[in-house]
Amino acid sequence: MEHYNMNLTLKVWKQKNSQSAGRFETYQVKDVSSEMSFLEMFDVLNEQLIHEGKEPIAFDHDCREGICGTCSMYINGRPHGPWHGTTTCQLHMRAFKDGDTIVVEPWRAKAFPVIKDLMVDRSAFDRIIQAGGYISVNTGVTIDGNAIPVNRDNAEKSFAAAACIGCGACVAACKNSSAMLFLSAKVSHLALLPQGEIERKKRALDMVAQMDKEGFGSCTNTGACEAVCPKEIEITNIARLNREYLSAGLSADK
Amino acid sequence: MNWSHFFTSSVGKKIIMACSGLFLIAFLLVHAGLNACIWAFDGGEMFNKAGHFMGSTVVMRILEIGLFVFFIIHIVQGVVMELQNRSKRGSKGYAVALGNRGSKWYSRSMAILGLLILLFLIVHLGHFWIPNRSNQGWLLGEEINLFEKMKEVFSNPVWVILYTVGVIALFYHLSHGFQSAFRTLGLTNHKYINIIQTVGLVYNVVICLAFIMMPISFYFGWVQ
Ligand code: HEM
Ligand code: SF4
Ligand code: FES
Repeated sequence: MEHYNMNLTLKVWKQKNSQSAGRFETYQVKDVSSEMSFLEMFDVLNEQLIHEGKEPIAFDHDCREGICGTCSMYINGRPHGPWHGTTTCQLHMRAFKDGDTIVVEPWRAKAFPVIKDLMVDRSAFDRIIQAGGYISVNTGVTIDGNAIPVNRDNAEKSFAAAACIGCGACVAACKNSSAMLFLSAKVSHLALLPQGEIERKKRALDMVAQMDKEGFGSCTNTGACEAVCPKEIEITNIARLNREYLSAGLSADK
Repeated sequence: MNWSHFFTSSVGKKIIMACSGLFLIAFLLVHAGLNACIWAFDGGEMFNKAGHFMGSTVVMRILEIGLFVFFIIHIVQGVVMELQNRSKRGSKGYAVALGNRGSKWYSRSMAILGLLILLFLIVHLGHFWIPNRSNQGWLLGEEINLFEKMKEVFSNPVWVILYTVGVIALFYHLSHGFQSAFRTLGLTNHKYINIIQTVGLVYNVVICLAFIMMPISFYFGWVQ
């Protein structure tokens, strides 16, 4: 595709800290290259703001290659912007054209309080993982990875679930602020493997309990999460989690 | 995990919604089947017999209490869950909404659709159930002629329209609800999803068409 430059109007959410109210600020960005990534466009804008003596826009980013899950931006009403299966950092400006207005907001959910501007606190996800996203292994000599046979089909499904980068787009898109797509990916990842068998029941129950404690809502299967997930985590994982929860809850003896 | 935790967690609440919802789905099948007796075109003889069996036997009347319990559980839990879910959203909404790009409008409107069904239900009980049971002295007394009652109610176009709206709300509620219940109970995977969606669609179309045609059949005098 041909390279082109564009001038854009950006409406970006500015919020001093978690206590303050916050509001939209409008910025003009000139000569944006279609080959830039969305975050590079923000870098250019921030440099411009610093030159002008204004405060730059705070946003989270780390890997810039779609694997860390920190680049949370709600772009024109869709988490991670218009491209399917793509994180904000992998979104390129060729998704937009000259004269476009782009509205950028932070994730909005009770469990993800805004820290500043577009940065939200997603430590709730870390605590959910701590509650059950682990397995038991013997210490001592390293065991040959191939010593435990794994059904290929399960390995594929587990691997697909493990692709979840914990970005929180599923929560951001959900009308209930439910974290079930994330949780179901984490539980499925381990429940499908023999290595995950030991804590299987405890994991499903403990992780659901922690999710509730963090203040995420109930899943009503609307499918918004699956539609926006940059890693294309399938909603059938949620049914698997429900299955895990039911069988663990019914068979636990206390 | 004790029982109260099991049923009050975010997943547990949905299990209650799904079980009560599936029970109501089963009930509607029976209800539609019995009412379809109006199309025996026998002046309501078969229909009144069916109604009599449902209304004047002890076992059926005990089951009726169960039906009310499931309705109340479903409605109360549905409203409570909707309010709780709303409270989990951010204090501010999005300036630009995701809207229909990720989900169907009716999957996001289950509580509103449910409340519409509830309004319809209250009118509906007022038309048939309350007059009939009060005539019975709330025990097993003499029933009213329900067929004649239907004729009377459905001669009024206002009720025909209201019933149609109620059934349309039910149609959309079940368009999401039927398959959602199976997901909630963990019964959905790649193999089952097509079966569940097909059965759901067939059930939904047949039941809703049957219910819509009842007032219409009386109004236009197709059933006399
Ligand atoms: C005959 C009537 C009804 C039937 C057959 C029915 C059926 C269902 C089913 C099958 C579900 C899906 C459960 C799940 O996803 O696990 C559901 C969900 C729900 N129902 Fe009903 N329902 C009826 C009436 C009502 C009424 C009167 C309300 C009232 C206020 C209501 C409110 C809800 C709500 C809020 C949900 C949750 C939405 C969701 O899970 O996606 N329903 N219903
Ligand atoms: S399930 Fe998808 S949208 Fe949700 S946190 Fe994981 S990668 Fe992000
Ligand atoms: S910055 Fe790491 S996924 Fe976008």
